[in-house]
Amino acid sequence: MNLSTESQAGFLCTDRLVKRFDAVAAVDDVSLAIRKGEIFALLGPSGCGKSTLLRMLAGFEAPSAGAVLLDGVNIASMPPYERPINMMFQSYALFPHLSVWDNIAFGLRREGLPKAEISERVEGMLRLVQLTAFAKRKPHQLSGGQQQRVALARSLAKRPQLLLLDEPLGALDKKLREQTQFELVNIIESVGVTCVMVTHDQEEAMTMASRIAVMRQGKVLQVGTPREIYEQPNCRFVADFIGNVNLFEGQLQQTSPGRSEISSPEGVLAVAHSVSGTSDPIGTAVSLAVRPEKIHIAKSRPDVSDNLFTGKVREIAYFGSYSTFIVDMPSGKSVKITEGNTARQDENPITWGDEVFFWWDSAAPVLLTQ
Amino acid sequence: MKLFLTQTFRPGRRFVIGVPFVWLGVFFVVPFLILLRISITDMGNGIDPFAPLFDSSDGTWRWLFKFDNYAAIFRAAADGAGLVANGLGQTIYMDAYITSLKYAFFTTVFCLLIGYPFAYFIARARPSIRPALLMMVMLPFWTSFLLRVYAWKGILADQGVINNALMAVGLIDEPIVMLYTDVSMLVGMTYVYLPFMVLPLYATLVKMDFRLLEAAHDLGASPWKAFWLITVPLSKAGIISGAMLVFIPSVGEFVIPSLLGGAENIMIGRVVWDEMFSSNNWPRASALAVAMVCLILFPLALYYHYSAQTRAPSAD
Repeated sequence: MNLSTESQAGFLCTDRLVKRFDAVAAVDDVSLAIRKGEIFALLGPSGCGKSTLLRMLAGFEAPSAGAVLLDGVNIASMPPYERPINMMFQSYALFPHLSVWDNIAFGLRREGLPKAEISERVEGMLRLVQLTAFAKRKPHQLSGGQQQRVALARSLAKRPQLLLLDEPLGALDKKLREQTQFELVNIIESVGVTCVMVTHDQEEAMTMASRIAVMRQGKVLQVGTPREIYEQPNCRFVADFIGNVNLFEGQLQQTSPGRSEISSPEGVLAVAHSVSGTSDPIGTAVSLAVRPEKIHIAKSRPDVSDNLFTGKVREIAYFGSYSTFIVDMPSGKSVKITEGNTARQDENPITWGDEVFFWWDSAAPVLLTQ
Repeated sequence: MKLFLTQTFRPGRRFVIGVPFVWLGVFFVVPFLILLRISITDMGNGIDPFAPLFDSSDGTWRWLFKFDNYAAIFRAAADGAGLVANGLGQTIYMDAYITSLKYAFFTTVFCLLIGYPFAYFIARARPSIRPALLMMVMLPFWTSFLLRVYAWKGILADQGVINNALMAVGLIDEPIVMLYTDVSMLVGMTYVYLPFMVLPLYATLVKMDFRLLEAAHDLGASPWKAFWLITVPLSKAGIISGAMLVFIPSVGEFVIPSLLGGAENIMIGRVVWDEMFSSNNWPRASALAVAMVCLILFPLALYYHYSAQTRAPSAD
């Protein structure tokens, strides 16, 4: 087998993995290398193939082509019940007829461990997820958060080499979600298991994962740390999918190592980096991505020359710690700007209909060619 | 007070609850009481069809209950035929009850063994074709029950479809006797009662979350283990109701044994019929019928006990 270089490093690797349903490729030529001990997130909109990829790792779907290597061993054709991999299901899939204790013990019993060891490990898991008092309850007698912890305990009880999380917080309400995601990460890190999670919620991926793979239509677009994905997206889709972004379309006018300029309907946009790759990039259509929090807004003209624009405030949304402004530019384009509410009282606040100036540092935006 | 008023005097509500009660009263309780009354008397003297229950001719009330008919189930008549030392005899009634229970039991087992894969397959089929598959299970009900049982005669007879086919192929030289044996009885009964097993099983299996099986595989259970540890316990309610729906009517089955059963396969339904219409001994027939109801009430009570227990954690 001829493995690509990426899959030679890493604890869990997928090598040119493909899954076709009829003629449609749900997962299309995906090669990933996941390091031991990291929490790796597969992020993408619904239908991007992330769940299918996860199910192939678990063994519920057989790959149409490619390999899944766990610690160097190809497990692509191994049935799920033989893989040293456990999964926490989105719906939790707790066995309704078994108590919390028996749910957690289920996997251990299948291994045929001695009774004393099973009960020791179940007790340990119950302590880990703080559910010792609930051991005798049935799943339907627990709250959503408690059920989630049982599901986690059950998937960790066998001490898997790889833990799979399918939308781990998807079934919880928002308040509980924030609290739970830190708890979940703490437990996973205390156990030290390598973890692959699937989510469509970028916030969940950003806070929990050490690295993220952004997927779209079966393909992996970018792999990186949450910061890399956010600050250096490699294409329009990633920039747009992760967080909020203002995209300006234009043509590349000039590019040099420290500075590029783009002509757009909004005017000339300056960026403090060059475009690499294409031999003659001048004139190509490019996009400029600027995050709303990197744009400054003021009623008086600031002392800057680059990337300074004017517009009229159409919407203001007050979020407490920050406010979001939607500003209409003369070209018709709307720009989203967020500003931290650092002062408690503003003498002369920006209000609806105000003519404002807004600008950003030329290091703030990212130039996208794809 | 207001709550009391709304709950007690809402006429629509009382009507809805009342209908099944009236139905049960008129078509089950009253006939059963009549049977009970007949079963504890003798045949009448020609003017009255049955002997009176009490006598007050001399001014005092005397009950004239007779339990001979019940005793006759366990003890053979005075001629002593089949009498054993402890007084309990191998009466034809006991034989018939045991035969009935035996056939009902095996019918239930076969229906479960055949019906379970059936129901499982339908429950896991694509939702769009499930109604068609269920329709196929129920389709035989469109044809007359008698015709369908008669058809088995043609299939199982010595010169029937199976024997002819096997002989034509050369697998056998002379016909295998199937008709009027245990084979034909069980084939007929299993065939007739199969839908009653499939439908409740389907109803519980279709509610089951099949991701639970994936979870079981994920935790190291082979498909077979996952079936035993997850699917079977979660379909327990369906297994019990299916078994009851097959077992209870099987015990009293009359038509199939008379068409497909042999002389030695006398079931209690046949005995009751004989006592009623051949011997014209209605009190005896009634006693046998009452005893059969008691025989069936016991598994029924077990069923309700179980279904009340398992109601809370259902498969969904």
